Amino acid sequence: MIQTETRQALPLGNWTLDPVHSTIGFEVNYTVGAFRGQFREVEATLQAGADSPRLAGLAKVGSVDVKDENLAAHLQTPDFFDAERYPELRFESAEIDVSGEQVTVRGDLTIKGVTQPVELKGSLTQPITDAYGRERIGLRLETVIDRTTFGVNWNLPLPSGEPALADEVKLEAELYFVREA
Amino acid sequence: MKLLAISGSLRRDSYNTKLLRAAEELLPPGVELELWDGLKSIPAYDEEDDVHPAPAPVTALREAIAEADAVLFATPEYNSSIPGQLKNAIDWVSRPLATNSLRNKPVAVVGASTGAFGAVWAQGELRKVLAATGARIVDAEVAVGHAHTRFDEAGKLTDESLVEQLAETLEALVDETAARPSVQLLAV
Repeated sequence: MIQTETRQALPLGNWTLDPVHSTIGFEVNYTVGAFRGQFREVEATLQAGADSPRLAGLAKVGSVDVKDENLAAHLQTPDFFDAERYPELRFESAEIDVSGEQVTVRGDLTIKGVTQPVELKGSLTQPITDAYGRERIGLRLETVIDRTTFGVNWNLPLPSGEPALADEVKLEAELYFVREA
Repeated sequence: MKLLAISGSLRRDSYNTKLLRAAEELLPPGVELELWDGLKSIPAYDEEDDVHPAPAPVTALREAIAEADAVLFATPEYNSSIPGQLKNAIDWVSRPLATNSLRNKPVAVVGASTGAFGAVWAQGELRKVLAATGARIVDAEVAVGHAHTRFDEAGKLTDESLVEQLAETLEALVDETAARPSVQLLAV
């Protein structure tokens, strides 16, 4: 019996991000639970044509949204993202595999000026037409990185000696794309 | 480029203040250094006094840091840590955190003590405190141990390797500062 892999192409075309409904965020364990934040200003494009498909995106560090202004300020400093010198987080794909609804994207992630290869996994919706006649697809991706490999090293020892903030950070992207006219 | 030099010691013949004067002799071209001497006039931090306008000496310090392109700290070591008066001054400057004048400011920390280790623990703690304010800390250290034997009667730093380390620290601070947008060397 021959087993065949179901591989589908991305929906052809150039897709631009709907930034209002899209989210790029992070989740990191801090002391007793998972702490989450997101970036309010994000950009992304998805190109699926005759050539290799390409996904590229960025998040503005200055737009980080957390519930305390002092924490938001601390995240901008050299202790964390160093927004003055590295104002954007960037991703650029090298390879996109689609299998049914499952998507695997490999590419380069740049945080704080350090570029590392990452593999993002997630799901892709079929195109639908919205109430205004525009064609949309949704792409949900996530990965786990070690923030210290990007030079984001801040920590604080707890009385137990354990660090307060985990090195592993989950990055999550919920991307709504609209087909370019 | 303007450097503000802040000594954590109040004593008139302070070795740390002498260390900053020694730094003044080693400045690269186009760089000037102002020695700040208002530390003794900074009141104890009290949130009830942290209003607008802040106490005048605090405003003066905040403005001096804001107007400088970089800050060079020299700290003694009291009980293995930062002198209270210096920590207190930084606590004032750090408020409010999101807009404080140390934020993104390139800073370097050096230190002198009469003990063998040259205030290395106080320097480490000071770097930690400055990082919390959002300062851009230069990775360089000058630890002047046995400080009472390192300066001549004119106050000149006599140890050649320490002079070299101090010059390297200044160079690193200037490089870090020059890498920032909108910072220019003074015309020479």
